[in-house]
Amino acid sequence: MHTKEFLRPGRFLLYGLLSLGALFFLLPFYVMLVTAFKTMPEIYSSGILALPSHLNFSAWQHAWSSATIGAASEGIHGYFLNSFILVIPAVIISTAFGAFNGYVLTHWRFRGSNAFFYALLLGTIIPFQIVLLPMAWVEGKMGIAGTLIPGLMLVHVIYGLAFTTLFFRNYYVGIPHDLVKAARVDGAGFFRIFFRIMLPVSTPIIMVTAIWQFTMIWNNFLFGVVFTQGGQQPVTVAINDLVDTVTSVHMWNVDMAAATFAALPTLVVYLIAGKYFVRGLTAGAVKG
Amino acid sequence: MGRLILRDIHKKFGKDEVLHGINIETGDNQFLILVGPSGCGKTTLLNVIAGLERESGGDILINDRRVNALSPKDRDIAMVFQSYALYPSMSVRDNILFGLINRHISKGDREQILQDVTHMLQLEKMLDRRPRQLSGGQQQRVAIGRAIARRPALFLFDEPLSNLDAKLRVEMRTEIKRLHQELKTTMVYVTHDQVEAMTMGDLIAVMNDGVIQQLGTPDTVYNDPANRFVAGFMGSPSMNFIPVTVRQSDGTLWLETQGGDSSPGHLPLPLSTQSKLKAVEGEDIILGIRPEQITDPGSAREGSALHTVELRVEMIEPTGADTLVFTRLNGTPLVARAHPSTALTQGTNTSLSFHMERAVFFGVGDGRRLA
Repeated sequence: MHTKEFLRPGRFLLYGLLSLGALFFLLPFYVMLVTAFKTMPEIYSSGILALPSHLNFSAWQHAWSSATIGAASEGIHGYFLNSFILVIPAVIISTAFGAFNGYVLTHWRFRGSNAFFYALLLGTIIPFQIVLLPMAWVEGKMGIAGTLIPGLMLVHVIYGLAFTTLFFRNYYVGIPHDLVKAARVDGAGFFRIFFRIMLPVSTPIIMVTAIWQFTMIWNNFLFGVVFTQGGQQPVTVAINDLVDTVTSVHMWNVDMAAATFAALPTLVVYLIAGKYFVRGLTAGAVKG
Repeated sequence: MGRLILRDIHKKFGKDEVLHGINIETGDNQFLILVGPSGCGKTTLLNVIAGLERESGGDILINDRRVNALSPKDRDIAMVFQSYALYPSMSVRDNILFGLINRHISKGDREQILQDVTHMLQLEKMLDRRPRQLSGGQQQRVAIGRAIARRPALFLFDEPLSNLDAKLRVEMRTEIKRLHQELKTTMVYVTHDQVEAMTMGDLIAVMNDGVIQQLGTPDTVYNDPANRFVAGFMGSPSMNFIPVTVRQSDGTLWLETQGGDSSPGHLPLPLSTQSKLKAVEGEDIILGIRPEQITDPGSAREGSALHTVELRVEMIEPTGADTLVFTRLNGTPLVARAHPSTALTQGTNTSLSFHMERAVFFGVGDGRRLA
């Protein structure tokens, strides 16, 4: 019966379309990979889709530790580290505050909490560009302008709060209010309920939020280029500088190797935690 | 232990007033039932007693101590919820211990209490399991165990059995009654199920529209209802209501049943009732009579003011213990309760005896009790 089902024309069409879609999205990544393993003469002589004659790691080494970015010729590894230094605290802080906000908005409603929530929702549709000037002004006043930590991190935390709050709010709406009532009768306070009752059942939504925030912050270019300078910049900005810093010839293989390095962490995060992402998103969608 | 006194409790949500001055006073060790249809305010009242909702006015006293200003944890109460509300990430043991740890009970005492509760509710085998690994009935026992562990002055139950299947519900009903006798503590129990109310309570508050319609023992509420709402709500199948007119001839009061297409019927009144209905002579009133007070003549108790009528059987519903007979008295649908051995055929006539001395009477418009 399964074979019959599979052989129906509709099935062929479905799988055909899916394969085409997958190919469409995988092709650029394929081009990146094969180009990064080629030497420059090989890139000029072979087609863009052709496989490299042998695996050549020199472009990878160059991109990692000796390519010229801005003034220094130390490769992207320092900037790669910068991105981690930025992303890890920014994800943890914005997720933690999102969880806390979501908890308050669903189980400790206050006068005007709905209006507050809609105002926060508005935050999810504000484009990056709009917050640039106000943020720069605030950070200038605070004396943290131009720094990676806490300057750029703060920008990402604040911008991300709308999203993380929305995620957690929609998840906590599905958690019965009776649980909070029972815990209150049992003598637990505001924070104890949050840490002992709410957080332990929040794994799926923590994963969703962390993946979302990790991807957003890691891949972000605009905030990085506006709010940091020189050696403080994240890897996305460094790649742009690397590509821009052309000496005599454009080193396509080095550019591609650097870009692949930059894409790896998000890829790894999705591979490890991707199943939570789908699960968590649908859980929120059904109950929210 | 556990006297509960509610004095003139009001509750408003914005402009909507959902509780209009509730007054209840229990004795020690009572089983108080709050019963009424959905939206009557019974759960709100329970939340007010627990301190989970703030009252808009009135006093709440538990063991003669005014608790209005106290938070739920300081009111010496424990609560069991309809959804059980077990903490999903904790084992059964931790669920039971959570409230004790929050109250800084010493470890030795905690272990002793855990042992007592586990023994009392037979939870030994499930202590290390998570709530989702338990059946509905088991979750319910754990929820009750968690409440008992606190040894409160007052137990609050919010429709605790409505998520269970019929058989388990009857079992748990008995179990909660047994616990009440063992613990000797006042319990407040919210339900919309009038059977639960009748079987479990020793004091029933029938609520509707945020007002207590009647507060009394199950026997009083059932046999001596304060108004038409209480009479109709308590009992299943519910009481028959027959529109009648009070007539007098030769110094005797009797009832005329208004017929649809048939000629008006005639129902006699016992002497004790006649004196009470003198004031409404000539007026239309409602006669209320329970299904078990309309029986086959064979089941009728002797010595009661019986009135036997021939009525057409429209439908029968055998329940095993007895048979419900659906019929009509001059157009008004009636349910009667007959002995199962009674020969009944749909569409034929049968004799049914009305126990008129048990009948009650209500005003047409307001439903107030007349006699």
